[in-house]
Amino acid sequence: MPSLSLNQRALLLSVVMLVVGLLAWEAAIPAQKAVGELTEYERLTGGGVPKAGVPPPSQVIAKAWQELSNPFYDAGPNDKGIGIQIGYSIYRVLSGYLMAAVVAIPLGFLIGMSPVAYKALNPFIQVLRPISPLAWMPLALFIIQDSEASAIFVIFICSIWPMLINTAFGVAGVRQDWVNVARTHELGHLKTAFTVILPAAAPTIVTGMRISIGIAWLVIVAAEMLVGGTGIGYYVWNEWNNLDLTSVIFSILMIGVVGMMLDAAFASLQRAVAYAE
Amino acid sequence: MTKPFLSIENLTQTYPDGQGGTMTVFENATFGVEKGEFVCILGHSGCGKSTIMNILAGLAEPTSGVVVMDGREVSGPSLDRGVVFQNYSLLPWLSTLKNVSFGVAARHPEWSKAEVLEHSRKYLAMVGLEGDVIHRKPSQLSGGMRQRVSIARAFANHPKLLLLDEPFGALDALTRGTIQDELLKIWGDSGQTVFMITHDIDEAILLADRILLMTNGPFARVAESVEITIPRPRNRTAIVEHPNYYAIRNHLVQFLGKRSKELAGQASDGATQSPETVRIDLTDAADEPTPEPRLRAVNT
Ligand SMILES: Nc1ncnc2c1ncn2[C@@H]1O[C@H](COP(=O)(O)OP(=O)(O)O)[C@@H](O)[C@H]1O
Ligand SMILES: [Mg+2]
Repeated sequence: MPSLSLNQRALLLSVVMLVVGLLAWEAAIPAQKAVGELTEYERLTGGGVPKAGVPPPSQVIAKAWQELSNPFYDAGPNDKGIGIQIGYSIYRVLSGYLMAAVVAIPLGFLIGMSPVAYKALNPFIQVLRPISPLAWMPLALFIIQDSEASAIFVIFICSIWPMLINTAFGVAGVRQDWVNVARTHELGHLKTAFTVILPAAAPTIVTGMRISIGIAWLVIVAAEMLVGGTGIGYYVWNEWNNLDLTSVIFSILMIGVVGMMLDAAFASLQRAVAYAE
Repeated sequence: MTKPFLSIENLTQTYPDGQGGTMTVFENATFGVEKGEFVCILGHSGCGKSTIMNILAGLAEPTSGVVVMDGREVSGPSLDRGVVFQNYSLLPWLSTLKNVSFGVAARHPEWSKAEVLEHSRKYLAMVGLEGDVIHRKPSQLSGGMRQRVSIARAFANHPKLLLLDEPFGALDALTRGTIQDELLKIWGDSGQTVFMITHDIDEAILLADRILLMTNGPFARVAESVEITIPRPRNRTAIVEHPNYYAIRNHLVQFLGKRSKELAGQASDGATQSPETVRIDLTDAADEPTPEPRLRAVNT
């Protein structure tokens, strides 16, 4: 097919794989008999209750259609629209993430500019960074005494490291020539930081921010499973307790889609600050 | 005795040699540059030319010695000393115009944005950059164009002293020639003092009033100061016809080829190391000694 571009061919292949995959999935699920066709015995042994099996994709699609056509309904604590649940999760992720950025970027600047600060803070960073963010949860719950704030704290603590390390790395790696240009033009410290160091280090900093938002979105699901109440993580867990696997699969897909959109936002930010040498 | 405009006094630079000792790049180097003069410094790679220039720019501190410009000791970089770096050092995230205008804005904080842009455009035009090109990023320019931007940025700020570190080293011969002509023209109009590093003999003869010759390091010396006795305006095809051209050129080739090695590696024992003035002028043989005896005198 010489008339199709590389992208078109890739798209075609993706669609083929999706359709084949969904058909295979659909075919692999044995159909459940309608209640009218059941024998007396089957009805008495509970065969009329739909079996908790993996649902076919057609059911998931129907569920998705139903949920997405009314995403913001609120019918009590255990029955909220998917839009509301995702909204809670995004709110927590962004709050924790922004707080982390406010701390990590200036601190990373300091560490990147000052070898003393780097050496002094490095041991702390090395010890704190490998701690699973969820390991902080009990301590956070005990100290903060609030599950909402604890979830945000966990997001804060997991997003801080990639931003901190990448900012420090980016700032320390700014070419001496560019710094010399600032010096020969007698730019002050603040002016140098904003007109030379920040734009020079921006690609590395934004890469750190992109890694952080990815981790934050991974962690929020687990954190909400623990703290409960609201959020997409809680929603998954709740539907699992209801044995509603259709909803579980649907929400898993939604987690993927939202994660992809967050990543895409940072990818475009990355393109905006990129420069070619 | 009045001091020259730029006075380098007993400049010494040592570095750790990596084995616990020290390596002396140069010692007690002493020379001067007059106001409005165009001085080139020639020497083999590694003899310490960039080190001297960074000290003049205020970007590096010498181990000992001072640099005095216009009666004031140099400490730290200043807008009075513009630098054109070998690798252009343009800020890659800014457009060509912005690369010049941020410097102009730093020099003239009181100017309006329009004035800053107007002034920047004027200097870019002087080096032949006009129209759409000035909105491109440095990565979209050729090496020659980048170096032009760098030169425009330096000249636009009217520094009292302009320092250029092998500015044309990475350019092809044709581009190099054109930019040399542009540089000569802007310098001629501005009357600025220029200190330029090069390793190209013909370039040095074309551009300089005086060429400082450095011996090889370690313990490099600024051994000679050769006056270029060819009247201006000079042009690359005409100067080769001048009777002094080959005499001067041969002298420089001799120095770089042979004597820079022979004179290398001598510690100064604390003595001030000033360059010997060499004047080669065959056009006025009656008053001036011929170059031959003069050269022998230098060797002693
Ligand atoms: N920061 C430094 N540390 C150690 N040695 C250096 C440093 N900078 C330059 N040198 C040494 O000083 C000498 C002169 O270097 P440089 O001034 O760059 O030479 P040139 O510009 O003449 O080629 C070289 O031998 C180089 O290795
Ligand atoms: Mg050099």
